[in-house]
Amino acid sequence: MDKKIYFDNAATTKVRPEVYQEILPYLDEMYANPSSVYTIARDSKKAIDKAREQVANAINATTREIYFTSGGTESDNWAIKGVADAYKNKGKHIITSSIEHHAVLHTCEYLEKQGFKVTYLPVDKYGLINLEDLKSAITDETILVSIMFANNEIGTIEPIKEIGKITREKGIIFHTDAVQAIGHVPIDVKDMNIDLLSMSGHKIYGPKGTGALYVRKGVRITQFIHGGAQEFNRRGGTENVCGIVGLGKAIELATSEMEEENKRLLELRQTIIDGILNTVPYTHLNGHPEQRLSNNVNITFDFIEGESILLMLDFKGIEASSGSACTSGSLDPSHVLLALGLPHEKAHGSVRITLGRYNTKEEAEFLLKELPPIIERLRNMSPLWEDFLKSNK
Amino acid sequence: MEYSEKVMDHFMHPRNVGEIEDASGVGTVGNAKCGDIMKVYLKIEDGIIQDAKFKTFGCGAAVATSSMATELIKGRTIEEALKLTNKAVMEALDGLPKVKVHCSVLAEEALRAALWDYAKTNNIKIEGLEPPKEDDDLDHHDLFDEE
Repeated sequence: MDKKIYFDNAATTKVRPEVYQEILPYLDEMYANPSSVYTIARDSKKAIDKAREQVANAINATTREIYFTSGGTESDNWAIKGVADAYKNKGKHIITSSIEHHAVLHTCEYLEKQGFKVTYLPVDKYGLINLEDLKSAITDETILVSIMFANNEIGTIEPIKEIGKITREKGIIFHTDAVQAIGHVPIDVKDMNIDLLSMSGHKIYGPKGTGALYVRKGVRITQFIHGGAQEFNRRGGTENVCGIVGLGKAIELATSEMEEENKRLLELRQTIIDGILNTVPYTHLNGHPEQRLSNNVNITFDFIEGESILLMLDFKGIEASSGSACTSGSLDPSHVLLALGLPHEKAHGSVRITLGRYNTKEEAEFLLKELPPIIERLRNMSPLWEDFLKSNK
Repeated sequence: MEYSEKVMDHFMHPRNVGEIEDASGVGTVGNAKCGDIMKVYLKIEDGIIQDAKFKTFGCGAAVATSSMATELIKGRTIEEALKLTNKAVMEALDGLPKVKVHCSVLAEEALRAALWDYAKTNNIKIEGLEPPKEDDDLDHHDLFDEE
């Protein structure tokens, strides 16, 4: 196979043609500042209104509850810092999980330095939080619970509706990072009692640098970016019109096609998971086997290291990612895999394959053909494999 | 992070992978916690390293430095092998990304550990050779800031 096979769709995705076409006029003739008064400015304003409606519809919110941001990381930062600031007189305790994205974890660590107390809930071997743990972590001081909808590394989907039920009953604000879930899992913020929800455009074939934060009407949040009346006086700065238009289109397409696309992805995902687990010995699936994103495969290959696998896959034109330290520039393996209870060597030996709308059955089959010899080759190089074989003789 | 062509060559086509059945000395360094383990086998005759082989658990740089280090000491005397530094291994590979410098340190230490094993087994003293660090938890990563 000459062409590249992109299996890293949880990292980012390619802008799809429908989104690209929708954006184009706003890079060209429709350049007016939406805050201006003349006619073409009104068109820019309308485009933003339309996108806000598209985003609101995707999660059963109202347009007044949607704020455009620069992406998932900003949405997470704003949600957590904004709520902490607005409610600090009520209490200074926040509950989150140990497997959140760094946009949440590092924001919480920052708040700890500001005098907040943060509880990091553990997860079970599948990456699920325990609802009893959550209940017993709640104190009179608790103002916010932030638990991700679905994990970016292992694809585990958290019991969001159940969490929302608990937090609503206790009168605690509930934020969820839904960057990986949007377009893959049905989301209804009303039914699920979600108070704040972070979204991103570039994971669903929209442009990078685009995102949104849903803030339920009645929930207070302090202004994050000062300097303008944009976004209902909550986020200053001239709107990223083409980005917002792209995000709106992307989210509309992703949610309308979700059911059908999920079926296709689920089949691909299972082909890959079963194919690897059945043909390569000493491999383990990370994350929940069923309560899992339709596009996520995360597998540990015992006795070898992830970056080596990725380099050899890349040589065959297959692009994936790993929880190994070596791929990230930081030197510890994935905090998510360690939180599942994986020992360091198994965390180092993980590979994540995330599927998208452009992946085909042929690509999955190509992966399944190319992967086993790579694993065998690396194991034959590994002292851990050598020790294992000798101890089993 | 980008690897040089030489690193990629030594990763994709590593030299000296394997074991030596009747090795004169074997050294293992690193640990799974930091993600790299290197095991070096040496065949030494008349003070000359006749053969060197390795097994490595680790990233691309770990494999490439093992490959290069074993390549550089084959056919050399023990004294010459002792002079091999991690910097020489890196230079021979046209450099390593900063976060991977610790791999070259590990390669140097693996060679020395194998030489130490040889000296111990044969009850000889090699001038300038220190015993390998017992503490496997020693974090080589603290060296990565070194230029």
